[in-house]
Amino acid sequence: MFSIIRDLFKYNREFAVGAVLLGLIVFFSILSFFSPVDPTMLYIEVPDRPPSGEYWFGTNSRGQDMFWQLTFAFRNTLSFGLMVAALSRVISIVVGLLSGYIGGVVDRILMFFNDIFVSLPIFPILVLFYFVLRSDLTTFNLALLMACLGWPFDARLIRSIALGLRHREFTRHAVFSGMSPAKIMFEEHLPYVMPIVFSTAIANMIWAIGLEVTLAVLGFTNINIPTVGTTLYWAINHSAMVVGVWWWIVIPVIIIVMMFIGLFLLTVSLNEYIDPRSRLRRMGG
Amino acid sequence: MAFSEETVREQRDVLTLNGLKAYYQTNYFGVEREVRAVDDVSLSVREDEVYGIAGESSSGKTTLIKTFAAAIRPPLRLIDGTVEYKFGDRVVNPYDMDEDELNDLRWKHVSYIMQGSMSVLNPVRRIKKSFRDFAFEHMDRSRAEFWNAVEDHLKLLYLSPDVLEAYPHQLSGGMRQRVTIALATVCHPEFIIADEPTTALDVVVQKDVLAMLDDIRKKLRSSVVFVTHDMSVHANMADRVGIMYAGRIVEEGPTSELFTSPKHPYTAHLVSSLPQIGDTTRKPALEGRPPNLAEPPRGCRFHPRCPLAIEKCTTDVPPLESVGANHRSACWRSADVRPLTPAVKPKTGESA
Amino acid sequence: MERSANVEVEGKVRMRAYFIFIAKRAVQLLAVVFFGISAAFFITHLSPIDPVQQAILRITSRSSFSPTALVAMREALTEMYGMDQPLGTQFVNFWVRLLQGDLGPSLIAFPTPAMDLVLRALPWTVGLLVTAVIITWLLGNILGGLAGYYQNNKFLKAFGVVAMGLQPIPYYIVAFIVLIIFGFVWPVLPISGGYAMHVTPGWNIDFVMSVIRHATLPALSLVLVGMGLWFLGMRALVSNIITEDYVTYAETAGVDSKKIVGFYVIRNAVIPQLTALAMVLGGIFSGTVITEEVFSYPGLGSLLIQAVNGGDYTLVIAVTAIAITAVAGAIFVVDLLHPILDPRIRVE
Repeated sequence: MFSIIRDLFKYNREFAVGAVLLGLIVFFSILSFFSPVDPTMLYIEVPDRPPSGEYWFGTNSRGQDMFWQLTFAFRNTLSFGLMVAALSRVISIVVGLLSGYIGGVVDRILMFFNDIFVSLPIFPILVLFYFVLRSDLTTFNLALLMACLGWPFDARLIRSIALGLRHREFTRHAVFSGMSPAKIMFEEHLPYVMPIVFSTAIANMIWAIGLEVTLAVLGFTNINIPTVGTTLYWAINHSAMVVGVWWWIVIPVIIIVMMFIGLFLLTVSLNEYIDPRSRLRRMGG
Repeated sequence: MAFSEETVREQRDVLTLNGLKAYYQTNYFGVEREVRAVDDVSLSVREDEVYGIAGESSSGKTTLIKTFAAAIRPPLRLIDGTVEYKFGDRVVNPYDMDEDELNDLRWKHVSYIMQGSMSVLNPVRRIKKSFRDFAFEHMDRSRAEFWNAVEDHLKLLYLSPDVLEAYPHQLSGGMRQRVTIALATVCHPEFIIADEPTTALDVVVQKDVLAMLDDIRKKLRSSVVFVTHDMSVHANMADRVGIMYAGRIVEEGPTSELFTSPKHPYTAHLVSSLPQIGDTTRKPALEGRPPNLAEPPRGCRFHPRCPLAIEKCTTDVPPLESVGANHRSACWRSADVRPLTPAVKPKTGESA
Repeated sequence: MERSANVEVEGKVRMRAYFIFIAKRAVQLLAVVFFGISAAFFITHLSPIDPVQQAILRITSRSSFSPTALVAMREALTEMYGMDQPLGTQFVNFWVRLLQGDLGPSLIAFPTPAMDLVLRALPWTVGLLVTAVIITWLLGNILGGLAGYYQNNKFLKAFGVVAMGLQPIPYYIVAFIVLIIFGFVWPVLPISGGYAMHVTPGWNIDFVMSVIRHATLPALSLVLVGMGLWFLGMRALVSNIITEDYVTYAETAGVDSKKIVGFYVIRNAVIPQLTALAMVLGGIFSGTVITEEVFSYPGLGSLLIQAVNGGDYTLVIAVTAIAITAVAGAIFVVDLLHPILDPRIRVE
């Protein structure tokens, strides 16, 4: 495991850049544990100070030190993404393995619903949930909801791998030795789909964080929890661009762009590492 | 064995390979690998001749013909040696030519039937369009004349002009293989290279396709080089056979001579593995596996599996030396090689 | 004789396969619409909040609504949701009303029916979405295809880096960056609305030009985000396809390289890209909705957000229902194109 990461780092530029970017962001969000200020407190600093030696990222119109505020925002945003990714992995692994291994009617029914989920415009549905639940739409509920909407692509990928595994010698061996289907799926087949589970998990995080930011910017989440989205929500709410408090918007946008690019480069390089065809291509190059 | 002297007449060489080396060189995540798929091969193919290349899978057969068909792609690279074609008075080396000259050589003079008829035809293009793409430029005729020529040519392979309207997936395996042969021969090339032309087909179809390929070759009077691991196909088709083992030619000679008196232990083994009706003797299996071409054995590459191996075989590479008229073998003990079973009778006397 | 008969039979078989293919897709279309809208219904009905009460509360907290509006509202809502009736009856009634295109008056623009507002906004969204998707898909695939085939081209390589940087960023952020650039740094294009105040809507040149100018920035941000997906996908597909036998074989035969790129490589790579388009349309629609909000574009997205902020129950349901139907319909249209590009129609 460690040597794989080292090799990727050495020979895959995308992985190296992605890992460094993400590493910086993770380090930044860990700083929140050492924050001298409470992110929920308002008007504790002089408002609207531009970035300086004292306030690295300036202060906002709500009297908060943007540096520490953003450490919390990124911590919450990253953990939200992880939460969605983890929950939706569970659904996609179960559906993908069941569909691929058992096949037949089970496969057809699961894939029928899979197709429906793929075809639904997710954003209006999330908005509908917010409209109905309002304050009951907590961070965890939102994560669970997104997980329920965000599994179908990856379930399909896992299914296609499981389909191939079904006809392999070791599966037949396991069947003849009396292993239960559940045991075959989760002990024999799961290890084979793990690489794809990891790389799709990062892609899923990108998707989840993107949606969370969007909902939050529109004020459709709990706006009192500091996240990247709510930071922008308050900035727009106070017309930060118009009144010239540009750092309130520009700095978070730069960091979030760094985070998305970092995450994306990691998926790209992991996919390449997993896919033997692109490996072959790299050999040629 | 007076046979070889007379049947293989003195003919001009059309293709000459000299010390050809083609390696797969890869570098993936810092691990460098070099697979010597073709390592120092010299041979020549004559006018109007059928030359068969035999050997186990991964012995470098396909790599060899890809190399002289000038169809290599990285990571496969030409490392050393020359490829020379002689058409009339023109002597050409495809590796010295630019793209335009090469395109002029291809299909008109040298054509190539690739392995796997399933995948060599563009799945979303009608056969008709493939013919136009592959041959129209090379034929230098008006549209109407071109299509007449194509339809006539299809008839040689017992294909109806209907196939032109079809997509590849609508044809059976045998038909598809005949279409690829038609596609490769429609410009009447002087030199045809065929990679496993019948392997994917069932036995009955295989026989038809072979007969048609032979037929068309006779009509066009072209030279053919073909590769297959199936020794019975060699026995039926080839005038001369070259046996490849681990990237090298280990023996080369007229077909009948190779089958009746092989001069390399590996050839002896290959020939004896052919089934024969009425023959109930047990065939000795060849021990071991083909060597890893990234790290081939020192000395003779066959020595770890060779029943006749001596000390010298483990250190010195045997040269490919003449052991009779038109017959070469790379074995320190070629004089001691005996056929393992009475061999099949190959096609006789009609090689020219 | 035999030949023409064969061709005819062959043709019939193909037509039949095509119809089966279409029928299957149509069933899927209906299933998506039915399940999606039903889900929207149950989400609103199984929630602990009483929609009528919620709506009335919101209305009474504002003074701007007339008492007549309130009464009509209460009646419409009670009838529509039929809270006293069992859930099954409510469900049937909901579908009946939806199929009649009558979900009752909207709250934020009382007494205009919610459906009217939605249908007024729909062409804006469809126009923006269709234009942006076509531009994005064509441009991304062509450039990506070339980048996959000519792997050493410097311009295409640089473009790949840009695409990689833009692709993962959410629609909202990109739209926002475009807005900042063209609203504050270099204000050359209108950043808000669907057309200028002074032009009269209709088929006159001023209006059309105004619409195009106003749609440019929203479309630009949609293209910027979407292009990367197609570019990167196509580049990867092409660099796999150029190792396929039929491509190397055509190269060996000296087939013209332009022909190889177009008819052998890109032509084959386009098929999975079309499948991918059908799969991501839902996501693109979401992106369009969000982009509209940033540029105050008068489409479904802005309407949805107005409805949520105004507590307009009917309108939210109407927008969601139309959105689900529109996306499913668009996916159906893309699916219909599939057999045209791929002669191997798979019935199963």
